[in-house]
Amino acid sequence: MTSPLEQKKIRITGPSVVTANRTWDGAVVYRTAQKGWSTELADAATVGTSDDARVLLAEATADDVGAVGAYVAPVDLKDGGKIQPGNLREHIRAKGVTIDLRVPA
Amino acid sequence: MYAYDELDRTLINERVSEFRDQVKRRLSGELTEDEFKLLRLQNGVYLQLHAYMFRVAIPYGTLSSKQLRRLAHVARRYDRGYGHFTTRQNIQFNWIKLAELPDALADLAEVGIHAMQTSGNNMRNVTSDQWAGVAPGEIEDPRIWSELIRQHTTLHPEFSFLPRKFKIAITASEHDRAAIKIHDIGLRLHRNADGETGFEVLVGGGLGRTPFIAKTIKPFVNGRDVLSYIEAILRVYNQYGRRDNIYKARIKILVHELGIEKFAREVDEEWKQMGDTELRLDRAAIEEVRSRFSYPLYEKLPHMPDELKQAAHDPLFERWRRNSVAPHKVQGYSIVTLSLKPVGGPPGDATAEQMDAVADLADKYSFGEIRVGHEQNLALPHVAKRDLPALFKALDRLGLATPNVNLVTDIIACPGLDYCSLANARSIPIAQELTRRFANHDTAGLIGRLHINISGCINACGHHHVGHIGILGVEKNGEEFYQITIGGRADENAQMGTLIGPAVPYAEVADVVEDIVEAYLALRDRPEELFVDTVKRLGVEPFKERVYATR
Repeated sequence: MTSPLEQKKIRITGPSVVTANRTWDGAVVYRTAQKGWSTELADAATVGTSDDARVLLAEATADDVGAVGAYVAPVDLKDGGKIQPGNLREHIRAKGVTIDLRVPA
Repeated sequence: MYAYDELDRTLINERVSEFRDQVKRRLSGELTEDEFKLLRLQNGVYLQLHAYMFRVAIPYGTLSSKQLRRLAHVARRYDRGYGHFTTRQNIQFNWIKLAELPDALADLAEVGIHAMQTSGNNMRNVTSDQWAGVAPGEIEDPRIWSELIRQHTTLHPEFSFLPRKFKIAITASEHDRAAIKIHDIGLRLHRNADGETGFEVLVGGGLGRTPFIAKTIKPFVNGRDVLSYIEAILRVYNQYGRRDNIYKARIKILVHELGIEKFAREVDEEWKQMGDTELRLDRAAIEEVRSRFSYPLYEKLPHMPDELKQAAHDPLFERWRRNSVAPHKVQGYSIVTLSLKPVGGPPGDATAEQMDAVADLADKYSFGEIRVGHEQNLALPHVAKRDLPALFKALDRLGLATPNVNLVTDIIACPGLDYCSLANARSIPIAQELTRRFANHDTAGLIGRLHINISGCINACGHHHVGHIGILGVEKNGEEFYQITIGGRADENAQMGTLIGPAVPYAEVADVVEDIVEAYLALRDRPEELFVDTVKRLGVEPFKERVYATR
């Protein structure tokens, strides 16, 4: 998954959200339509055009205290609009690591 | 062990206070993320996929049992109960909250641990041989020089705002366990014809997207001049190194573009101009640092104690002893490597419970000392041979006696896409699957020494270029693919591996590695010929044919 840190131009090809990490603890958060942040992908505001994505990202980036490192991430809208991560990277961010966390002792 | 003096303790405590204030100002909005980023990086704090990642320095890979217990405490109290030992002798915690980081740093400071020089464009944690001070045949303990360099470079303005990060490694043994040839500066301690101790100085090594093996610019620099010579190198780097392009900013690029001869001349010129500076170390300064390293009061013990003779009848013990126990410079003692590579486990991870237990074992069997190696394993450096059977039983109960050191399942891997914001592909699940494929330790023993290194992106934290088998994760159309190289090595004969062909998908990586290993077993001219030597003798073609004939 190409790192979004290399995201230079915003050009989306499908439904997208804006995601970041919450400043005080680093938790994964999503920008909501209420101009806040949520740890639930289901609460994220979705955009369908590059212009809307730019607006949402600009608004999110302006909240430097709430969250850091905001970027536009792809999502899938399935099963009646349920938001799903659009790639493996976002899946890992949303659902956690793909391995057992603890070393077997 | 090295005992910090009052100056060190003051410096560490002041850093905690400064960072506490910086975090407070960040959380209040007084500092923006852009303003704060440099400050957090100077304290080992990255922002990764799920949370902040906190990288703690373990200078030259030496820990006391007290320090290891404190790392366990940080894992338990501030993280999720485990830590990850890295390829530069550091430890990383993956789930730290920024708001709690000052408390974690304060807890670590109480035992002389900090996170300085673990990130940012400065001089990084100076690494060394994890067997320093105990390896037979060593010129002298290289950690003395690592510590001198650490003291000189910490907060030094010349070294704090470099074009890019800068890494130094030191070895004092014939066999290089510190991978000095893939560092910005590699120092090999040796004696000249007059019996003086000094360094062969190598410059310009490094991996990442433009890998280079370091080249020698000075065959011998007297130990007393090592600081001034390093400073001369850094001055040339600061003067000519590129700051306009992050991908061309490492010293290896400068060395490559100037040419090694011109670079060496520039350094020599600078060094001459510096003259007989205050950086010349007098004997008293060296002895002062040397005196702060304490060494155990070894007993006079037999080479082959009765306990060892009796335990030799236990095949499990014997297999572990042959694999994980190395000769010590003192008769009757051994160096014991603790594998952090259990079958199916993430390479380099240790739970808080394991860290506490290892600390207890270090107190009981290793004079309270633990080492961390760049291969992401731990070591107990002073174990009496009579204690090996009891230690084995204890380690086995902890899951730390996997007899796979330097074998195919002793995999070096970066955190990969499961944790890292830079990664393109996962590393850990690939490593886990490979350890399951080669889970039979007898088979792994027959295969012999074979290093697999995995990186989840071109930044190469898993050192894939120098793996006997190197695996690099790349992205193709949103899917994880992996490039495979063979024939690399990170020791005194360091070289980059050779790509064997097109990248393969995630699901095929373990099959490909099995094919390569099977080809090696069929091609080696005798059981003692190591994988890397077979590749050197035959080239990559036979392996390439085996892998791609049916793909």
